[in-house]
This record gives sequence, structure tokens and C-alpha cells, in this order.
Amino acid sequence: MSTTIAPPPPALPIARVATGSGGPGGSHVAETGVWIGIGTICMSFAALTSALVVRASGAPDWQHLRLPSLLYVNTVALLASSVTLELARRRLAAIALYATLLLGLLFVLGQVLAWRQLLLQQQSLASGPSSAFFYVFTVLHALHVLGGLCGLVYVQRRRGAGVLSAATYKAAALYWHFMAVLWLYLLLLLTIRG
Amino acid sequence: MGRLFAVTVTVIALVSAAIFALHTWWLPIDISAHGRRIDSQLNETMIVAGILFVAAQLALAFFVWRFSERGGVRSTRPIKPFPGGAAPMVVIATILVGIEILVLTFVGSKVWASVYQTPAPAGALQIDVLAEQFAFYARYAGPDGKFGGMHPDLMNDATQNFFGLDPANDTTARDDIVVGSLVIPVDQAVELRLHTKDVGHSFYVPELRIQQDFVPGMVIPLHFTATKTGKYELVCTQLCGLGHYNMRAYVEVKSQAEFAQWLKAQAAAL
Amino acid sequence: MTHVATPHTHAPPQSWLRRHVFSVDHKVIGRQYLDLALVAVFTGMLLSWLMRFHLGWPDTAVPGLGKLAPTGAAGGVITPEYYLELMTMHGTIMVFFVLTTAPFAGFGNFLLPIQVGAEDMAFPRINMMSFWVTLLAFLVLIAAFFVGDGPPLSGWTAYAPLSAVGKDAGPGQGSGQTLWAISILIFCVAQLLGALNFIATTLDLRTKGMSLARLPFATWAWFITAVIALVAFAVLMPACILLILDRVAGTSFFIPAGLVISDRLQPHMGGSPLLWQHLFWFFGHPEVYIAILPGFGIVSQILPVFARKPLLGPRVFVTCLVAIAFLSYTVWGHHMFLSGMNPFSATLFSVPTLVITIPAAIITLLWIGTVYGARLRLTSASLFALGFVSVFVSGGLSGFFLAQPSTDIYLHGTYFVVAHFHFVMGVAAMFGIFAGTYFWFPKMFGRMMSETLGKWHFWLTFIGVYAIFMPMHYLGLAGNVRRYSAFTDDYLQPLIPLHRFITIAALFTGAVQLIFLYNLIRSRVRGPKAPDNPWEATTLEWSTSSPPPHDNFGGRRPVVSHGPDEYGAPGPRDYVMQADS
Ligand code: HEA
Ligand code: HEA
Ligand code: CUA
Ligand SMILES: [Cu+2]
Repeated sequence: MSTTIAPPPPALPIARVATGSGGPGGSHVAETGVWIGIGTICMSFAALTSALVVRASGAPDWQHLRLPSLLYVNTVALLASSVTLELARRRLAAIALYATLLLGLLFVLGQVLAWRQLLLQQQSLASGPSSAFFYVFTVLHALHVLGGLCGLVYVQRRRGAGVLSAATYKAAALYWHFMAVLWLYLLLLLTIRG
Repeated sequence: MGRLFAVTVTVIALVSAAIFALHTWWLPIDISAHGRRIDSQLNETMIVAGILFVAAQLALAFFVWRFSERGGVRSTRPIKPFPGGAAPMVVIATILVGIEILVLTFVGSKVWASVYQTPAPAGALQIDVLAEQFAFYARYAGPDGKFGGMHPDLMNDATQNFFGLDPANDTTARDDIVVGSLVIPVDQAVELRLHTKDVGHSFYVPELRIQQDFVPGMVIPLHFTATKTGKYELVCTQLCGLGHYNMRAYVEVKSQAEFAQWLKAQAAAL
Repeated sequence: MTHVATPHTHAPPQSWLRRHVFSVDHKVIGRQYLDLALVAVFTGMLLSWLMRFHLGWPDTAVPGLGKLAPTGAAGGVITPEYYLELMTMHGTIMVFFVLTTAPFAGFGNFLLPIQVGAEDMAFPRINMMSFWVTLLAFLVLIAAFFVGDGPPLSGWTAYAPLSAVGKDAGPGQGSGQTLWAISILIFCVAQLLGALNFIATTLDLRTKGMSLARLPFATWAWFITAVIALVAFAVLMPACILLILDRVAGTSFFIPAGLVISDRLQPHMGGSPLLWQHLFWFFGHPEVYIAILPGFGIVSQILPVFARKPLLGPRVFVTCLVAIAFLSYTVWGHHMFLSGMNPFSATLFSVPTLVITIPAAIITLLWIGTVYGARLRLTSASLFALGFVSVFVSGGLSGFFLAQPSTDIYLHGTYFVVAHFHFVMGVAAMFGIFAGTYFWFPKMFGRMMSETLGKWHFWLTFIGVYAIFMPMHYLGLAGNVRRYSAFTDDYLQPLIPLHRFITIAALFTGAVQLIFLYNLIRSRVRGPKAPDNPWEATTLEWSTSSPPPHDNFGGRRPVVSHGPDEYGAPGPRDYVMQADS
């Protein structure tokens, strides 16, 4: 007996479910991209969290850092910006989008002020591990928020030009809400462990 | 071309394996109580890995020899699927490698545990070892049996205060014996405590079949028993700076009587 | 099949600069990555020549080196610190700028969108940024040669506190080490951007009919590699930030209290050197699979083409890739058995490490089984793919010794480890690059490479690498410590002749690479025109012209109705292309 053809490779069971979309596909790439980005950012902050846990355990020099209360004001601003963004998205209202931008900017400015307050209390990067972690976490988060603000400006400009797709809007909003969630996590972490 | 490939792979595999098998280059003698078990673990791994190595290379060579086209002539021979498809491969690999893993882990973790997971036997000789860029120093407690405290701010190579002792205020430090080589008695358990003054280093004595990093900020215990007298080399195996290659000391294994004498002489010389 | 224009469809740009330099075309970017890798690999090889020469003949001057490196090698004789600097740069360049850029970012960029039938990556601009950021990282690293006391000397693993305390730790630990950390930080950003694109493209831009089951194996491998890279670089990035802060901002993440370095009590408190090691190896082990998995994919794609036979066990192959990716996150501690971490965790890390050898061994056997019963055509590409199998077995098996804590006690920190990783990545992953180059060059440049030169290159390299790296196992067994710039210990003296043999083999093998370089350059300008499908292969890149037009398929998108490797059909045309109806 001689087989002349190799049996064609059997199709994987997943074939039926995930056939190539074939379409432009672009409709949800932005959202996919943001989800992947969120995964990455989570991983980075998870790494930093474990660094904090390791560093805090068994180090004699760990002092609890009293967080400046300004942070809570900032938190409100950031959360409010998420709400206004959703309003903007639902009603496609320009004013709400501007409010989001403004609140986001306020958050970053508030963070800068909080850093200045701490510096005035001699709490710098180098003054101890808890303040060092505080700066690392909050600065990295603020940079990500700035990135999100750039994204929102882009959204606003596309909207103005009338070429904004709902998918892009959704992706940008997803990222922005994630910034708020990440911030709540950091606040919690810094309150209990910092 | 296929034959050339087959021959080349076969020759390379056999020559490489033969050099391993003939022990042309091999571990130095073993002078430790636990080393025999490490060696047998290594030998067993060598045998299994060697068989897998030769088998895999020869199978590759044989198939290429057998199934490649000759002299650039397009072959019209029908292709043949591997008998049984991928399943035998999965089974072979899982069983062969799997059993090996089970066995090696089972035996190997005991070997590991005997060195690193059990505390030193009671009555082990305590020695402090300090590593610094680029030397090792050993410290014995001296007649009082107590080690003086270490103070980083007092560490000074120029005054030979390698351990940062404070004999002026610390009576236990006064009789501490500090030397530049590690002198140990044969057939007696020794427990080292590894300190480093600056960066990471590592403690490696091939004949003792032991290796352990020094980690800044940590004191790491390490215990073993030497079974043969002689002079061996202790070398640093953790990259520690430009003198890393030159960082070493001797390990002198002395008979117990000689060791006691040596220790007494050192104490008297203080 | 014509489809509605995708949102990022772009007409070919007009200006030369936009077309060839700041291009968002994934094909240009892929080629740029490969060119960067080529520059990097020859730099790294040159460094290895200097290292090898010094190890064989430590007191002999290298002609001309005295002028190039007046401090590191006054009069041409390499100093111990300069040796370590060369070694650090060699390792860093090779791991990051060759093995991450060429097989993953380089080939992946060029081919992944074509293989899934897309017109470009999902985010072309981010893709372009990723390349330029990588280039920036490379320039920052190379700058370390020219500033301050030269490049860092703490190895590619940059263990703290040696890497964290600054100038006191030795020459090169000042600005050189800072540049190193910044370079790696930038590199992380670049690779994250790249990986994002790979994943989104594979998930969202597959053409009609390109189900996951029909995804070519190389694309599978790049996709899974991208997932690994995303997590790995996301961890290395913050680690680098902390390292930089320790160096420049006076923090103490990795530096404990009470260190006296260069007779100076360091002003640091409470940091943990092991923390760096954990973060680094949590990245470092997945990184080695980032280096090798694209090679797995390339070999799995090339072998069937030249065996004229489908890959044995395609589903098993993909399953094993996923298993390796998953396990790669659970094993990092095998680099730290003797690092002072809790000895009880050694077994926890050892078991998954050993388990990972099962999928690796299965994949190896699948390749060998694919050759069985084949009509094997031996070309430069298939020779390198077969060579890959041989060297991967050699390198993988030494992993067995290192994965067991009990044998690692003896072998850690010796040349046995150096032998291990050169076989798997210095050789196997390189062979993957070579195989990929010979295979896809016609597609990339529209010209054929010289097969005669390619075969000479294969034979001499194959023998050469065994001659260099097999003896390193013997050195390791004899207890030869790695990262030594000279062998002055009594017990190492007798090994020097073997080192000289290795040096000669390394100089020879390095010289052989010039054949490859010559072939590459000559074929790029003067090679005979390549047909669209010179190897009678099936995946989508062979359905378009060589080189492919700007939008890959000339305004159409192919529709896929076949698997990636349907070879062995009866009749004159023994294969069915994926785009065949
Ligand atoms: C591409 C890179 C790559 C790859 C693929 C691997 C693969 C593996 N590595 Fe390696 N490794 C490195 C790169 C790589 N490594 C590097 C760079 C270092 C050192 C870093 C440094 O310190 O500078 C290192 C160091 C290293 C160590 C630490 C050593 C030490 O410092 O003490 C260990 C320990 O467990 C290890 C283990 C393994 C194992 C078990 C595999 C396994 O995945 C291997 C699996 C493969 C096989 C087992 C072969 C399969 C074939 C067969 C088995 C044939 C079967 C035949 C029949 C059944 C008939 N590696
Ligand atoms: C990809 C990884 C890679 C590669 C290819 C190499 C290639 C070589 N390596 Fe390297 N090496 C490392 C990674 C690599 N090395 C790492 C990570 C370290 C550890 C550093 C540390 O300890 O910190 C190290 C360390 C190291 C040492 C140990 C130093 C020590 O511990 O003291 C030595 C010593 O001999 C050495 C030698 C060589 C030689 C002779 C070559 C070669 O010259 C062999 C010949 C070269 C080739 C066969 C490849 C040429 C390839 C091309 C031309 C393809 C290019 C094509 C495209 C990009 C399209 N290397
Ligand atoms: Cu101390 Cu190397
Ligand atoms: Cu590893």
C-alpha cells in the first residue's frame, strides 16, 4: 500500500469559530490595541507592586508615608473626568469632552502640587523607600494620564473634523477609565502598604 | 549533499560524546562528604542526556541521508507520513523525558536538600568568611569562642581591619583570628557564614563541590565537610568587577591535630 | 477579491525619505530592523573576537587596538576591565539588538502582515516609532564606548549593587552603566510597541478564510513571542527605571546598607540586591524564548517546504509553543539557585524548568519526524533549518544539567553555562536567522542569493560553531569560571590550550560570516531576478510578487481556503497554495 498524498492536515476545531474577519478589521483594532496596552500597563505596575512588597518586608528603614490630602481632591477630579467622558460619548456633546480634558489636566496639575508639598516636607525620592515608591508610582501614572490626554485631544480633533468613529471613541474612553481604575488601585496600595 | 550532512552530524555527535565519555576533561577529585552524590547525579544526567543526544543526532542524520534528493534531481518518490503520525513522538518524548525528570528530581532534590536545606550538624566549626573586591578573608572566633561585631564604618583595608572589628570597645573582637586563606580541619563539619563588604561575590571550590553567592546585606550560611587534606583553590564565580578573575584564596584542609595546632599558633600570635 | 478600503490604506508615499527612511510600510520597517541587526551582529562578533583573542593570548597586543581604545587597551593589550566591558557589550548587543530584533521584529514585521493577508500592521505609525526607538536605544548603548570611562563591566545581567552604586564600583560603572540602563529602558518601550502591533494584527487583520488553524507556523510563533514579549518587557522596564533611580537619584531599591566600596561607606539603606535578580530573570528567562520561538516558527515553516511534506503534528506544535510560553514565566528562579534566595524554592523552580523540556523535545521530534519519508531538497535555507535541529538538541540538553539544583551547584558560573546558552541562542537562534534569510531574501529584495556561497557558509559555520562551543562544556566540567579575563588560577592553567583552540575556531567561524555578508550585499545588487515563488511554497507571501507591492497584494486581498503546508499532492505541482481556490 502506498499513500501518494499526505493526508491534508486536519482542521483545528477553532477554525469554525475564528475565521479571519476578512473585513477591514480596522473597526476594532483600536480597542484591541488598548486592551493589549492595558495588559502591559497592569504587568508593569504588578512588577512594581511586587518590588514594593519585597522591599518593604524586612527593611528596617521603611517608614509609612502620610499621603498629602490633595491626592483625594485629585482623585475626585479624575473620577469626574471619567463620568464626563461617558456623558460626552453618549450625547456626543463637545462641552463634556472639554470638561474631561480640563479635569484630566487638573488631575495632573494636582499631582504636581502634591509632589511639591511632599518635597517641602523633605520627602524626596532619596529620603526613604516609601517616598521613593510613591514618586515612582505616581509619576509613572501621571505620564500615562498625559498619554491619555493626548489621545483625547486626538479624539477631539477627529470629532471636530467629523471623522471620529465610534470604535476609536470607545477605545479612547476605555483607556481613560482604566487610568481611573489604576489610580484607585495605586491609592489603595500606597495607603495600606506605602 | 544529504550524505555529507549525515556524515558530518554523525562525526560531530560521536566525537563530542566520546570526549565526554572518556573524561578527557572532567571534574577534579572530590574532597567533600556530599560530593559523591552530586557526582553520581551528574553522571546519571550525563548518561541519559548523552543517549538522547546521540539518538536525536543520529536519527536526524539517518533521515536526511535516507530521504534527501540526490544530485539535484527532483525526486518523484511519493512521500511517506511518519508511522503513526505525531502521537508516537508525543508519547516518546513525554515518557522518556518525563521519567527522567521524575527520577532526577526525586534523587536530585535529596542531594540539594542535604547541602542547602538542612542546618549544619551540631558542633560544626563556625567560620566567618568575608568577600571584598577582590579577596577573601576568614575569621575564627578565637579562644573565647565568640565573634566580635562587624561595623562597616570601621572596615579598612589599609589597617587590615577587613571585618570592621572594634577591639577597643568590643572584648569579644580582641581575640578574633583573621587570615587570608580558609583553613579547615578534615572530617569535621564546617559552617561558614558568608558576608560581603561591597558587591556580590561567590564561593566556589570545585573539589568541595560547593558554590554559593555572597549577597550584600545578607549573611548566608553554608556547611560542608572536607574529607581529604590538601591545598585547594577557592575562586570567585560572581562577576564583581575588574579583578574578578583574580579573586581567590586557598582552602587548606589540615588534619584535625594540625588544625588545632595552627589555630593555637594563630591565637598566640595576636 | 476586492474589499472596502481599510482605514489605514495608504497610497505609496511620494518622497524618497518617506518611502525608504521614515516609512510606515511594515516591509521597509522589517528590512530596517534586519539591517540594524546586521550592524549589531557584526559589532558583537568583533567584540567576541577581541575577547577570544585575549582569552587565548592575554599578554599579546591586538594590532591597532591601542589607538582605538587608548584607556582600555593601552598598547593594544586588553586590560581586565576592558575585557569585561567588551563582554558586557557583546552579551547586551547580541541578546537585545540581534536576537530580539532580527528573528522577531525583523522577519516578523516583514512577513507577519503578508502571511495573514493584511496590507500593513494594525498601527503602522506605532510600528515605525518602534523601529526608530530601537535604533535610538542602540545608539545610546554604543555611546557608552565613547563617554566617560567606557562601557559598563557588570555583564548583560547587570547585577546590583555592582550595577547600581556608580563609579565606585569600577571603571565603566559611571556613565557607561547609566547609558546601559537607559538604553535597555528605551529598548523595552520599543519592543512593547512592536509586540502590540504583532498581536493586534494577528487578531484583527487576518484576511478572509485565514482561520487560526490556517495560520502559518511562523506567524503562530511570532504571535506567541509577542505575547511573551509584552509581559517580559513590561517587567524589565520598571526594573530599569528603579536601577536608574538608584544610580542617579540616590534611592535604595537594590542597594543595602553598610556597603564599603572603594573604601567609601555607601550612603544607601535597606535595598535588596535579590530584588533586581528576580525582576531581571522574570524578564530574562522569557527573553530567551523570545529569542528562540521565532526560530521554531521559521524552521517549522521551512522544513515542510523543502521536505515537500506537511509538518508532522501541526496542532501538537502549536500546543507545545503555547505550553512553552506559559511555562516560561514559572522558571526564572533557575538562574538563582545559588543566589541566596530561599533554598526551598529551588525545587519549585527546577520542576517547571524540567517540564519545559518536554514540549521542547516534542517539537524537536516533530521536526525529525517531518524529515522521515520526505523528498528533502537541500538548499542553504533547508540546511540551516536542519542544522538548527542539530544545534538546538545540543544546546537544549545541557539545560538538563543546569535545571537541577544539585548539579547546578557545580556548574553554575562556569563555561558550561556559556556553552549552553551559546548553543541555544548564539547558534540555534542564529541558524534560524540564517535559514530565514536564505529563504525569504528573494521575497524581500526580488533577487536570489547565491546558493553556492550559501552552502559554503553553512558547512563552515556548522563545523565552526561546534568547534567553538562544544569544548566549552569540557571547560565547564573542569570548573572553568566564566567572566574571567585571564586564567591565572593553578587549576585553570592546564585548560589554556583548549581556550586557544576555541579562539582559533572563533576567529575562523567569524571570518566565515564574511562570506554571508558578501553574498548578502552582492545578491542585493546583482543577484538574478527572483520569481514570485522560487521555493514552491504555499503561504501567502509567495502568492504576491517579489518584492511585494506597497500594499502587499496589489489592491486585492487574498482569500484563503487552504492550510499552511499542503505539500505532497500527486502530479507535477505537488503543493496547494493557501490562496488557491
Ligand atoms: C535561546 C535561548 C535559550 C533557550 C532556548 C534555553 C533553554 C533552556 N535553558 Fe537556558 N539559558 C539561556 C538561554 C536559553 N536557554 C541563557 C542566555 C542562559 C544564561 C544567562 C546568563 O547567566 O548569562 C541560560 C541559563 C540557563 C540556566 C541557569 C544556569 C546557571 O546560571 O546556573 C538554566 C537552569 O536551569 C537553563 C535551563 C534551560 C532549559 C532546561 C532549557 C530548555 O528549554 C531546553 C529544552 C530543549 C531540550 C531539552 C532539547 C530537546 C531535544 C531533545 C530532548 C531530544 C529528544 C530526543 C529523544 C527523546 C530521543 N538555562
Ligand atoms: C546571540 C547571542 C550571542 C552570539 C551570537 C554570540 C556569539 C559569540 N560569542 Fe557570546 N555571549 C553571549 C551571547 C552571544 N554570543 C552572551 C549573552 C554572553 C554573556 C555575557 C555576560 O556574561 O554578561 C556571551 C559571552 C561570551 C563569552 C564568555 C565570556 C566570559 O564569560 O568571559 C565568550 C567567550 O568565548 C563568547 C564568545 C562568542 C563567540 C566566539 C561568538 C561568535 O563570534 C560565534 C560566531 C558567530 C556567529 C556564528 C553568528 C554570526 C551571525 C550572523 C553574521 C548573522 C547575522 C544575520 C542577520 C542579523 C540577518 N561569548
Ligand atoms: Cu568576587 Cu568575582
Ligand atoms: Cu532561564
